[in-house]
This record gives sequence, C-alpha cells and structure tokens, in this order.
Amino acid sequence: MENLASIFVKGIFIENMIFAYFLGMCSYLAVSKTVKTAVGLGAAVIFVLGITVPINYLLENYLLKEGALAWLGEDFATLDLSFLSFIMFIAVIASMVQLVEMAVEKFAPALYGALGIFLPLIAVNCSILGGALFMQERQYPNIGEATIFGLGSGVGWLLAIVAIAAIREKIRYSHVPAPLRGLGITFIITGLMGIAFMSFMGVEL
Amino acid sequence: MSTAVAEEVKEEVKKEPLFSKKNKKLITDPLDDSNPITVQVLGICSALAITVQVKQAVVMSLSVLVVLIGSTFITSVLRNMIPSRVRIIVQLVIVAAMVILVDQVLKAFVYDVSKQLSVFVGLIITNCIIMGRIEAFSLANKPWPSFLDAVGNAAGYGLILIVVAFFRELLGSGKLWGFQLIPQSFYDMGYSNNGLMILPPMALIVVGVYIWVQRSKNTKLIEA
Repeated sequence: MENLASIFVKGIFIENMIFAYFLGMCSYLAVSKTVKTAVGLGAAVIFVLGITVPINYLLENYLLKEGALAWLGEDFATLDLSFLSFIMFIAVIASMVQLVEMAVEKFAPALYGALGIFLPLIAVNCSILGGALFMQERQYPNIGEATIFGLGSGVGWLLAIVAIAAIREKIRYSHVPAPLRGLGITFIITGLMGIAFMSFMGVEL
Repeated sequence: MSTAVAEEVKEEVKKEPLFSKKNKKLITDPLDDSNPITVQVLGICSALAITVQVKQAVVMSLSVLVVLIGSTFITSVLRNMIPSRVRIIVQLVIVAAMVILVDQVLKAFVYDVSKQLSVFVGLIITNCIIMGRIEAFSLANKPWPSFLDAVGNAAGYGLILIVVAFFRELLGSGKLWGFQLIPQSFYDMGYSNNGLMILPPMALIVVGVYIWVQRSKNTKLIEA
C-alpha cells in the first residue's frame, strides 16, 4: 500500500509528465488558454492513461516481452516480440480512445459534452504513449502498480495544465515584451514552474 | 533583385523544375518563418527532453528526418487510396512502422545514444511534427513537394534542437559532442559549470529566449 502511494505521489510531483519529461507539451501549449478547457483536457488525459496503461501492461507481459509467450507452450518460451511494442501500444491507444469516446457518448452524455472534443486529440498526445513506454522501461511488478502509475501521471498532467492556464488567463493583463507575447512567455513560465517543481525532488514517501 | 531572379532562373534551367521557387520555399520557410517548433508549435515534447548534449540532439534530428521523409512520402503516394475516415489509424501505422525501423537501426549502430534517448525514440510516433505535416501537407500534395516539405521541416526542427543543445552542453558541462571545450585553467581560476543548464526546466527557458530573439528580428511573427 505504501508502495502504491509512493508511486502515485511520484507520478504527480517528482516525475511530472510535463515538468520532468515534457510529454504532452503540444496540447499543453495549445489548449491552455482558459482554465475550463484545461480542466476538460486534463480529466480526459487521466481517464485515458488510467485505461491504456494497464491494458498495455497486460500486452507487454503476456505477449511482447521476451519469454512472455511461455503460456502458449514451450516452443514460444524464447520468443521476443518487443520490437513490435510501439505499433501495439499506439494501436491500443488509438482504438481505446475511439472506444472510450463511443462509450462515454452512449452512457454519460453530460461527460461527453464536457470532454467531447478533447478525446480524439488524446490519441496523439505524447503523454499517453509516454506513459506506456515508461511503464515498459520501468518494469512494474504488477498491474496494480502500473495502473496507479498511469493515474498519478495523469493527475500530474492535469495539475500542470490547469496551473499554466490560470497563469495565462492573468498574464493577459500584464505588459509582456512584444516578441515574447504568447508562446515565448508561456515557455519561460513553464520553465520557472519546472524549477519550482524540482523542489519536490527530495521528497521520499 | 534582378540578379537574384537571374540566378533563380539559371538554377531552374540547370535542375529543371525540381527546385522551382515554390519548391525551394518549402525547404527554406520552415527554417524561420514557419519553424515547426517556434512558430507552428509542433513536436515540442521531444525537442526539449533530449537537448542536454549535442550528440543526442543530432541523432534525434536525423531520426526525425528519416521518419518524416519516409512517412510523408508513403502517405503522399497513397493519398488517393486512404479513406479519410480511417486516415488517422493508417497514418499511425505507417509512422509506427518507420519508427520501429529507425529504433532497430539506432539500437544496432549507436546503442549508447539509443539508451540515452530511451522512450523518446518511440515517442517520435506521436511527435506532432509528423502527424501535423502528414495531415497538413502530404495528404494533399504530390510525393516530390511532400519530400521537400519533410526535409524542410525536419531541418527546422533539427536547427532548434542543435542550437538549444549547443548552449546547454557548453554552459552546463563545458563540453561539445562529449569533448571538453573549456580548458582546465578556467576551472582553476574559479570558473564552474552552470549545473542548472543540465536540468529539464532550462530547456524551456532556452527555447523561450530563442523565440524572443527570433521574433525580435522577424517582427511579423509577433502575436497580438
């Protein structure tokens, strides 16, 4: 249990997808003009990360990893399909996003109204594929930890995008040098926020 | 002006319409006026994370160049056969196949760099430059212009990567391409490396400053 909490907090603060790895920067910069849309996109990211990371975990451990196919019989015990992992992961993500979109539309129309336009965008959000690839690289011992890692990263991403959106809403009223307006100042603010987030680095749970 | 036009014409005669003025613009535009990173805001994720050393930045730019050329060329050839409803999946499969090829080549020939790039090679799949250029250009254009567009955009991407990596490696560890550039005597006199440059947030700030410089020179890019 402690371990799970530690992975969760690590995903949010210490190994924050945006500030430590810059994953999902494209949508982070494009959709952070108002807090409301930022919350919508962030929620969608948590949702999709929480679903795709465990699915990709199962694929990785029962299909792709060296020796993962041992359950099929002895002939398959030495097979290593890990070179296929990129294509499998992205296919899972693209199809899961599509499925989730349809399911949400059918069963929770209100949520669909809120997340609607953001869901398709997520298929090409690097933080989702990044989550799957980090999960593969770090070799989590069981599916619970992998899921918690996915959720924690998602929450960290939400936190980052909501924070920058709130700052951008306010910065409209300040005198930014003309060449820095818009993109430039957003980069610099994100950098400063990243430095602030580094103070979490020593935190151990 | 007239001499420039004359040169243009001469070159056109030499190389036929392959490098017409319009085609040349496809290559030169993305270097500055429509730079994928600082103007189109595409492909930021990987650009920032792997700019600690020039070597990584160069390997990454080359990988993106290969993937971008391959995938835009293929989609451009297939553009009339891809039904638009499933085009995203088709594009993803093409890009993922190209990335797998690049990843295997990197693992075989520059294993240490491949290890340092870790997940970011795989993340070329979701690099917005690739999807962005496929969607915006190669699905509507013939293979040759798509090829030029890919070269131009990858060059624009590589330019930023290498400039950022140059400053980060030089100021952060006093090296370039792994070779010590700042002599020991400087350190003896009390100079020390700026450790902050190595840390991730400085990548953002260096790109921010690059945008600042670029837009001060090229005022038509300033946002209202």
